[in-house]
Amino acid sequence: MNPPFAILAIVQEGSETAVEIAFEPFLPGLILLFPLLGFLVNGALALVSGKRAADVARAGGEWTLPENDRPSTHILPSLVGPGVLFAAFAIVAANFLRMQGAGFESPVVVTYWSWIVTSTFEAAASLQLDQLSMVMMLVVTGVGFLIHVFSVGYMKDDPSYPRYFAYLNLFVFFMLVLVSGASFPIMFVGWEGVGLCSYLLIGFWFKDRENADAGKKAFIVNRIGDVGFLIAMFLLYNKFHTLDFGPVFASAPDTLIYGGSLVTAVTLFLLLGAVGKSAQIPLYVWLPDAMAGPTPVSALIHAATMVTAGVYMVTRTSVLFALAPVGGLVVAGIGALTALFAATIALAQYDIKKVLAYSTVSQLGYMFLGVGVGAYTAGVFHLMTHAFFKALLFLGSGAVIYSIHHALHHTHKDWDAQDMRNMGGLRKHLPVTCVTMWVATLAIAGIWPFAGFFSKDEIIWYAGAAAEGPHTAWYVLFWAMSLVTAMMTAFYMTRMMIMTFHGENRTGEAERKHLHEPPPTMTVPLIVLAVLSLLGGWINVPEALKQSWIGMFGALPMSEWLHHWLEPVVGMAVEIRADHVGEFAKSAPLGGGEVVWAGLSTLMAIAVVVASVAFVRKWVILPATESAEPAGGVRRLLYRKWCVDELYDRVVVRPIVAGSRFLWKVVDAGIVDGLVNVTGSLSRAFGFVGSMFQTGAVNTYAFILTAGVVLILWAVAL
Amino acid sequence: MVIDFSSNLDYVRALLPEIILCVWGMVVLMAGVWRGESSEEGPRAEGLGWLALVGVAFAAVANGWLHGVREVGTDGMIAVDGFRLFSNWIFLTAALLGMLVSFAYVYRQRLQAGEYYALMLFSVAGMMFMAGARNLIVVFLGLEVMSIAVYALSAFNRRDRRSAEAGLKYFILGAFSTGFFLYGIALTYGATGSTHLPTIALAVSNGTAHGALLLFGVALMGVGFAFKVSAVPFHMWAPDVYEGAPSPVTAFMSAGVKAAAFAAFFRVFLVSFQGAYESWYGVMWWLSATTMVGANLIALVQTNVKRMLAYSSIAHGGYLLVAITAANQASAGAALFYLLVYTVMNISAFAVVIAVSNHGEERLEFEDYAGLGRNQPGLALLLTLFLLSLAGFPGTGGFMAKFQLLLGAMDAQLWVLSVILVLSTVVSYAYYLRLAWYTWMRDPADGGSPLPVYLPIGMRLALVVGAAVVIWLGLFPGSVLDLARASAAGLGVAGPMVEILH
Amino acid sequence: MSGAYAPLLMLFGLSVVNAIGMMVASHVLNPRRPTPEKEMPYESGMTPIGDTRVRFSVKFYMVAISFIVFDLETIYLVPWAVEMRRLGWGPFLAMVLFVAVLAVGLWYEWKKGGLEWD
Repeated sequence: MNPPFAILAIVQEGSETAVEIAFEPFLPGLILLFPLLGFLVNGALALVSGKRAADVARAGGEWTLPENDRPSTHILPSLVGPGVLFAAFAIVAANFLRMQGAGFESPVVVTYWSWIVTSTFEAAASLQLDQLSMVMMLVVTGVGFLIHVFSVGYMKDDPSYPRYFAYLNLFVFFMLVLVSGASFPIMFVGWEGVGLCSYLLIGFWFKDRENADAGKKAFIVNRIGDVGFLIAMFLLYNKFHTLDFGPVFASAPDTLIYGGSLVTAVTLFLLLGAVGKSAQIPLYVWLPDAMAGPTPVSALIHAATMVTAGVYMVTRTSVLFALAPVGGLVVAGIGALTALFAATIALAQYDIKKVLAYSTVSQLGYMFLGVGVGAYTAGVFHLMTHAFFKALLFLGSGAVIYSIHHALHHTHKDWDAQDMRNMGGLRKHLPVTCVTMWVATLAIAGIWPFAGFFSKDEIIWYAGAAAEGPHTAWYVLFWAMSLVTAMMTAFYMTRMMIMTFHGENRTGEAERKHLHEPPPTMTVPLIVLAVLSLLGGWINVPEALKQSWIGMFGALPMSEWLHHWLEPVVGMAVEIRADHVGEFAKSAPLGGGEVVWAGLSTLMAIAVVVASVAFVRKWVILPATESAEPAGGVRRLLYRKWCVDELYDRVVVRPIVAGSRFLWKVVDAGIVDGLVNVTGSLSRAFGFVGSMFQTGAVNTYAFILTAGVVLILWAVAL
Repeated sequence: MVIDFSSNLDYVRALLPEIILCVWGMVVLMAGVWRGESSEEGPRAEGLGWLALVGVAFAAVANGWLHGVREVGTDGMIAVDGFRLFSNWIFLTAALLGMLVSFAYVYRQRLQAGEYYALMLFSVAGMMFMAGARNLIVVFLGLEVMSIAVYALSAFNRRDRRSAEAGLKYFILGAFSTGFFLYGIALTYGATGSTHLPTIALAVSNGTAHGALLLFGVALMGVGFAFKVSAVPFHMWAPDVYEGAPSPVTAFMSAGVKAAAFAAFFRVFLVSFQGAYESWYGVMWWLSATTMVGANLIALVQTNVKRMLAYSSIAHGGYLLVAITAANQASAGAALFYLLVYTVMNISAFAVVIAVSNHGEERLEFEDYAGLGRNQPGLALLLTLFLLSLAGFPGTGGFMAKFQLLLGAMDAQLWVLSVILVLSTVVSYAYYLRLAWYTWMRDPADGGSPLPVYLPIGMRLALVVGAAVVIWLGLFPGSVLDLARASAAGLGVAGPMVEILH
Repeated sequence: MSGAYAPLLMLFGLSVVNAIGMMVASHVLNPRRPTPEKEMPYESGMTPIGDTRVRFSVKFYMVAISFIVFDLETIYLVPWAVEMRRLGWGPFLAMVLFVAVLAVGLWYEWKKGGLEWD
């Protein structure tokens, strides 16, 4: 939500002379408490509902949701779920406004209790409220709230309705912990927690083996990344003996050698963690599979929030990345490569959610590219705008799928509701959805004046501008890659829109009658997000563009609001970079200033969109059951996702499983258990021999007694 | 107040608990035959039991009173020190718990209640004599009083052949070993010229008593004690006697007799024979090692619960022998604490056995415990608690006691013995937990007919108290442990004897 | 441990040798022709019937036990009685207690029927 411009103006003007007023947080604990409370309430309702279903199942039946008289377990979550989110958002907003009024530089840390207390290490349960965490929390609670409202409509007929909201609330809780934690361990708690909730939500319809497997895959791949995070924490602790953000980042520039091996190692391991969580190469494979979950889940977790955790983490530890240029380079490289790679796959997918999934991976690559080159604000900015339009795209696709599903349900046709080949011409039937999704498409394509233009453009610009410093060749390459990716993005998004909403409808004669717009609970969030996707970019118009046509000739009072807002957080990193590498260039590698390239990129995007529209409309598309898979060549390779999953299976999974089997059968069951059993048998044998002395005859006992006496006397006499 | 053993009245004061017990024993005896009818009927039997408990209570009060009494000098035949008083508490606890679990048994098996409780009281008096003796003659006196009462108690069930067998075996072998013990006393007297323990200590440490006479005396007395605490190879009587004697008697004697014997053992060996440590240290080392190893291994193959508990008692005796071998302050304190905990947990374990065996001698095999977890979960839980405590599971009193014992042994640098102690404890888990496994994880052979278990008030009280003490001493041993240590300090044991050896 | 014991030892040794020697000699030297009649146990000329292991009545045992206890009581009473006057009140009290304890035992035995002959 954009704060009122008037207040911003006052702050901007007065900031130079303003006295630093202390920022008093307003009940920050409640921000986290509300979603947790929602989880508990919804969880209790889920348990009640589950027990009822189990009782019915035990009697041999299957419990279904009654059409008219919905039980309370299914009505309450509709209020509690979005309700707690709204409450949390309200408090975040209150804190944000307060923070605005006070102009302060250093973060406020609110400690609740001591968690780990040992002689060598201490960690407290504390929150850090600063500009970055505030932005993230606004995005999480705001977009989260809209998605919760959407879910009320989308999941209405699902028997596990309360469980869904319980998990969703829990996820929001953990995400808030992640972004507001004041130390690495707290962030890690949130990190792991969102991984858990992701697993629970992806595998929400767990009765289907595929969905459960997808959840498992997400969790396991995430875990691989988490090892990196842990190792980075260990390295940091070894050096700093504390893991609180404040002390670590304050002393980092002095304690760590610029470009040294330690800080490079730390950043690379942190990157490993981010790669897992934010689905970059090589750990992106879980995200497309995660589309098995309910679509609002994909919107919340895999578009707006969880996958952005990696970007947040890099921004939070910006000081470390600034001190390790190699680390930054690797981040940028992975980002650029992933962006390009994922975009290529998205070109050839037919499932609407898969297209969006790969699109997410690609856009995340952009964010990584941004923070990798040192443009942290740009990365966070794209994170924010991406949250708006990607959530919108996912929710929109959800609305589409919902409608198609209902239509197919009515006629009992057994088609895939997510396959775009079964759609077409939905513009007539779902007008609101169509319009809002076009807004999002234009935003993601990076067309002025939509939000995505500003953020994506800034990243591309900085990628090019970073070419001034060392590793010039790399940055030029990244810049070029990002340009190509932008064009591919425009193409595949347009392709998706045309295939879905335009042309002839392929769903079927009978179904067409039942296609209609989803209810307002689902369309209102779409509209809100569309507005945000349209206006969201304007909070961070670059200074250089402010006076040009791009900035509407200085019509707006401020520029680079986000830049200024985040300065206290990333300022030190920027400074370090400036000291060692120099300022960012003022012109792109091929020459030309910001204005020129901004205009160029918009024009290119528009061109691609228009061309795509014409191109795709000419295609002959058949419904899924009648289409064949792409035959051969590049098309097939892209459709098969470059066979990465198969590669992983061959190279990684199978050897590990074989190794495990060996360790199990031979080492554990054979050697270890064998030794234990032998010891036991031997003891029993000895015991049996000993028990044979117990004859029951007193003479024997007396004899042995006397023998003992003789033995002792002899021993004493020696 | 102060006691000076030169006056007779002071002697009476010093012996107050024992006197009370003896007199009360006679009272119970007379009450048992008062009306000339048989004292086998239920209400009368129970009444006599409560009467006996009143006597125990009085003795406890007297013991408590003695805490405020100081003695002058060490001439008396009886000591009035912390060691004796703490030991008395152990015996009184054994008596209390032993009597509580006997109520229903005595009635069901139609034993003669008056004589039964009287013998118990006499035996406790004998135990007190043993623990408080400062003179070898008094030790012997106490030993005999206690033992003969216990022999009679072992054979008490006239209708059961096994009881008669147990009593007879115990008596024969007991008399045999008492002979050795007496001969040892005689030789010691010959070597040192006195039967008064402090005088003997002086003579031994001065070196005025030396040579084979003293050594043989020490060795034979050691044999006598070893028999009473059932050390291997003098343990052969224990399994048969424990199995054959009436279960409450087994419970009582497994705890009380062992405690008394060890108390006297400590007094005689650690105080008076300290000077000859290097001579008897080796013997004790081997005794404890073979006892721990042998008893635990043989217990693995037992199928009768009472026999298994008998071997377990023998093993616990072995652990305590480690304390004798260590012969230092820490071990003495630890041993006192151990004896207290052992008394409570062993009698409590037997209490469960008595309850399950229907206050008789049925259902004593491991298989008979199958299904107990399902039918009597509370009882099974208590049994598991006591078994775990016997094994030395952390959180229970048994662990704390064994741990203290281990600390004492390590203080004396008995590394090998400590290792043997730990390893044999590990082995002991196997047979303790096997019984617990039967109760929880096995179903009865005939498919689930619930075992009728009768738990009268006395039994319930004993079980609750036992469980409470075991848990309390496992988690908060502080006060009792300190008391035990303070009591042992009064013994006047010197520090570790290791310097003499190496 | 002086030389005065040497003759004693010799006497002991000789008597042992003598005794054992006689037994061994008679065992080795005698003619042995056993017949069933010769091997039967001697019962004053009559034919032995049944087992020699006859259960004898416990009443003999009861008398014997009571005898032991009270005989010992008497034994302890006699020396005291001899010096009763000289010893005074203290020992008198002790003996009263002693006799009282044994009296309790007697009363107990009486009540239990241990003094009945049949």
